Amino acid sequence: MNEMLLEVQNVYLSFGGVQALRGVSLEARKSEILAIIGPNGAGKTSLINAVCGHYHPQRGRILFKGIDITRLPPHRIAALGVARTFQNVALFRDMTVLDNIMLGRHVKMKSNPLACALYWGLAQREEIRHREVVERIIDFLEIEHIRKVPAGALPYGLQKRVELGRALALEPELLLLDEPMAGMNLDEKEDMARFILDVQEELGIGIILIEHDMGVVMDISDRVIVLDLGEKICEGRPEEVVSDPRAIKAYLGEAIAPKGG
Amino acid sequence: MINRECGIFKTTYQADMALYTVPLARITVAGFLAFFALILPFILDVKHLVWANLVGINLVAALGLNLLVGFAGQISVGHAAFMAVGGYTAAIMTSRADMPFWVGLVGGGVFAAFYGLLVGLPSVRVKGFYLAIATLAAQFITEWTVNHVRWIGGKGFQASIIVPPAKLGGLVLDTEREKYFLILAIAIVATVALLNIARTRLGRAFVAIRDRDIAAEIMGVDIVRYKLLAFMISSFYAGVAGALWVYYLGNANIESFRIVESINFLAMVIIGGLGSVLGTIFGAAFVTILPLALEDILQNFKGVIPVSDIHSFVAHLRFAVFGGLIMLFLMVEPEGLNRLWRNIKDYFRVWPFPY
Ligand SMILES: Nc1ncnc2c1ncn2[C@@H]1O[C@H](COP(=O)(O)OP(=O)(O)O)[C@@H](O)[C@H]1O
Ligand SMILES: [Mg+2]
Repeated sequence: MNEMLLEVQNVYLSFGGVQALRGVSLEARKSEILAIIGPNGAGKTSLINAVCGHYHPQRGRILFKGIDITRLPPHRIAALGVARTFQNVALFRDMTVLDNIMLGRHVKMKSNPLACALYWGLAQREEIRHREVVERIIDFLEIEHIRKVPAGALPYGLQKRVELGRALALEPELLLLDEPMAGMNLDEKEDMARFILDVQEELGIGIILIEHDMGVVMDISDRVIVLDLGEKICEGRPEEVVSDPRAIKAYLGEAIAPKGG
Repeated sequence: MINRECGIFKTTYQADMALYTVPLARITVAGFLAFFALILPFILDVKHLVWANLVGINLVAALGLNLLVGFAGQISVGHAAFMAVGGYTAAIMTSRADMPFWVGLVGGGVFAAFYGLLVGLPSVRVKGFYLAIATLAAQFITEWTVNHVRWIGGKGFQASIIVPPAKLGGLVLDTEREKYFLILAIAIVATVALLNIARTRLGRAFVAIRDRDIAAEIMGVDIVRYKLLAFMISSFYAGVAGALWVYYLGNANIESFRIVESINFLAMVIIGGLGSVLGTIFGAAFVTILPLALEDILQNFKGVIPVSDIHSFVAHLRFAVFGGLIMLFLMVEPEGLNRLWRNIKDYFRVWPFPY
């Protein structure tokens, strides 16, 4: 029904003796939100790290829009149109919010070092053009008031929002969100869920979302994959997955009924 | 530079991205420039013109080091070696190959940049302490090479080469004041270029690598390329400063480019403020002038203080003083003199109402 964006084929990733991913395969499409759930240590973050090139799998292939990206360095994968946020916020702490998001435009900008040093002319025009794009992102995320604040000085919830902005600035076709709502209060979670839905609907990009809050997952995802001990144990629409005995046994038992169950 | 920006409202991104967004700041900067260009050179005597010239040359080199260490977060204890490469390149080009002064100046910068690329290669694999050791090795290898390869330093004492003074058209720049104008012009270009780099794509990529290299890479910054670029640009600055130095002195001499000079440049950027252009100016001025002024003062007490050779006494004292200051600033005020300056500004911004 829908254009294929990402194909992960039988990927194995290990750290020394630890098998983080064991033969994981999955597909992600344009304009869908694919949720990945599973207990801590299941390999969710490792999967994202493999897709964006931070780690290279020992076996298997990863294709983005049909291009083999398995061995590409991260900056090349970013330039192809893959952006992510981090489970533990990884903003540039000493840079302002504005500069953090401007950095997201890096691959879209072309000014060479000499043009940058000369500034007036080429580089200035380019900076202004991209500043306009960044200001639209700032408006969209409702963070106008903190534009000039160093990212490190912001409360955690806002940092997560700025990190989403930085990823959006790359104009990705695939967006990987690693627990974007972890540690947020209810209001912040609702805002973030709305932003994610808006992004997906208005920009039509594909989103892979790692999230522990099953309420959010049920509400906004189109498809769900359950990982456990580095393996994909089931996959389907949210309402299918919540009633799948394998998913309940591995993860949902505790997530849905945290006390008792 | 002490300004109140209340009531200023920016209407265009261009205005918001200007170097000085407050009109008063622009006037202040213009005032300082006019002072340095039109007043200072005519009120200083030769001795103090020498001081100003030393500050200017050191500033060019220190700006380069701050780009590398302060902005891009890569350590180098071999900055003087890049100066040596620029200085000797310029010396050889003008005194042996008869090339014009400006060719030697640019050539010194370019050659040093490629040398910097080479020395920067370890930064691709190692950081921090190990990179410091690699650049330290480069410093010693460079000193040794200049000293022992006859083709470079000739047969003279301390590998020294006589260099004809800078010429612009028919004008020979051989008085202290003429040299002042040349050095001032280059220092201004070097400063503005770094300010521009800092506010564009290039500078953001450097700071991103310094702050969090993994995130920078994930956001599309080719960190290998940008680390090497940082080394190249930094060494270009050092090379130009080295060339400027040999034209200024009329002589290329290995003693000018020893490890102690590298440490001095580190002192300038750490005391001035890592990652701050204005701080680099403070740092270069402070570290250059302090020992000179100290010596001046002590000379007045000749006979009173129990030191026979005041010149070498100060030369030794300055290492103790700057060593101590480096440690102090690293521990207490990592943002250097620039931060102290900002604190003073912030104080006056709300003055006379402290709350
Ligand atoms: N850089 C690493 N070095 C060693 N082990 C790692 C590394 N990254 C992840 N792991 C291990 O891989 C497994 C999966 O971790 P992770 O992908 O972070 O899980 P999740 O995100 O699902 O909680 C864990 O056992 C973890 O300890
Ligand atoms: Mg994780």
